[in-house]
Amino acid sequence: MSNKTDSNIYTIIFAVAMVVVVGSLLAFAASSLEPTISENKRLEKQQNILYAMGVNENDESSATFISTDKAPQAFSEFIKKQLVIQEGEVTEDDQAYLIDVKKEKSAAKKADYSRRLPLFIGEKEGQTYYIAPIYGKGLWDAIWGYVSMDEDMVIQGAYFDHKGETPGLGANIKQRYFMDDFIGEHLLDTNGNFAGITVSKSNADPTNKDKTDNEVDAIAGATITGDGVSAMIKSDLRLYVPYFKNLKNN
Amino acid sequence: MGLLSKKDAKLITDPLADNNPITIQVLGICSALAITAELEASIVMSISVLFVLGVGNVVISLMRNIIPSKIRIIVQLIVVATLVIIVDLVLKAFAYELSKTLSVFVGLIITNCIIMGRFEAFALGNGPWRSFLDGIGNAAGYGVILIIVGFFRELLGSGTLLGIPVLGDPIEKTGLYSIGYENNGFMLLSPMALIVVGIIIWVQRTRNKALVEDH
Repeated sequence: MSNKTDSNIYTIIFAVAMVVVVGSLLAFAASSLEPTISENKRLEKQQNILYAMGVNENDESSATFISTDKAPQAFSEFIKKQLVIQEGEVTEDDQAYLIDVKKEKSAAKKADYSRRLPLFIGEKEGQTYYIAPIYGKGLWDAIWGYVSMDEDMVIQGAYFDHKGETPGLGANIKQRYFMDDFIGEHLLDTNGNFAGITVSKSNADPTNKDKTDNEVDAIAGATITGDGVSAMIKSDLRLYVPYFKNLKNN
Repeated sequence: MGLLSKKDAKLITDPLADNNPITIQVLGICSALAITAELEASIVMSISVLFVLGVGNVVISLMRNIIPSKIRIIVQLIVVATLVIIVDLVLKAFAYELSKTLSVFVGLIITNCIIMGRFEAFALGNGPWRSFLDGIGNAAGYGVILIIVGFFRELLGSGTLLGIPVLGDPIEKTGLYSIGYENNGFMLLSPMALIVVGIIIWVQRTRNKALVEDH
């Protein structure tokens, strides 16, 4: 090290120059890539929603979305209606899938805000699917998903994803063996009250034969992530119960 | 010798065995614990570190004569953070699926002590080509251990390798499970990674007595 680089003036100038260079480099990269990234995210949402209603390219064991170039077309083909439920009022909105569930959820904590609930109605082979987004927190960061139900709130398909759960443990909520366990599970108990689904370590039903116990088998080593999945199903899908009650009465 | 001189080749081979960053220098343990429950995650992490350490070492080495010594650690941190973020952004834009698998590792790479350690100990005092080799060598040494640990943890903990069942089906009781074998759920928890690393250290030092420290 020469003496020149040891002086305070040099150090400060270097620091300032470094901040300017790195800052503008990152700002440039972020803003020039932003459109492509948000387009990717938009397509991913469509893929997620389609996945939950069973429009996917799954093989034996792995979970595979419908490819991105087919997603927009499939989305308009299978998703018949996009609804927004706010204070019991149901309106149609073809941009409903772009509603940020995280923002809605945190805004709803304020007393004067009533949360907008997106609901997607899909149709495939004569069957109607009601697909709702859910959002919650796992062990390290956010977890979210899409659940498709029939009009009795029996789950027809589920997709979960996470931001930063531990690979091999909590991250396995997006594995087929976990997501597929939810298919056929009842969200309502035998009396017709909302019970949700608990990710349970002690349901003594690892092959998941009992579909009316409101429980699925947990992943070993992923207790907190599993609890997060139970919690987001309970808190978010509960809000849709009035809509389904209405549906039955009409 | 061809492409590499003997001295240069040593930069790559040393960290693979006798100067391994994990088992000898005991660096990078935190990430070795966090992500080795699955073989696939171990491999992805190894490749990411290989890339970041290789490129980062070259960048630091090129800047080594202009970095003020008083703030060199911060400068190193900025270089590695910038590199990782740019790679992450480019992946998000052009390889979205891959970026989702990798995003978990971004934080782990930035704070990986092996990376800072090599910047500080090697790249600040050596030319770009040698720094590059040193980076590749150390990242490979780190990756080898990660992959060994990931292999055993996934095999014994879940009975799978790269997600493919290799020991039969634990629920239907086929394969090994039909004679009473059970997966060891302990293997999936972080303390077992430490124990596996400990066993590797034990085996390595039994084979090469020169590595055993005197007290």
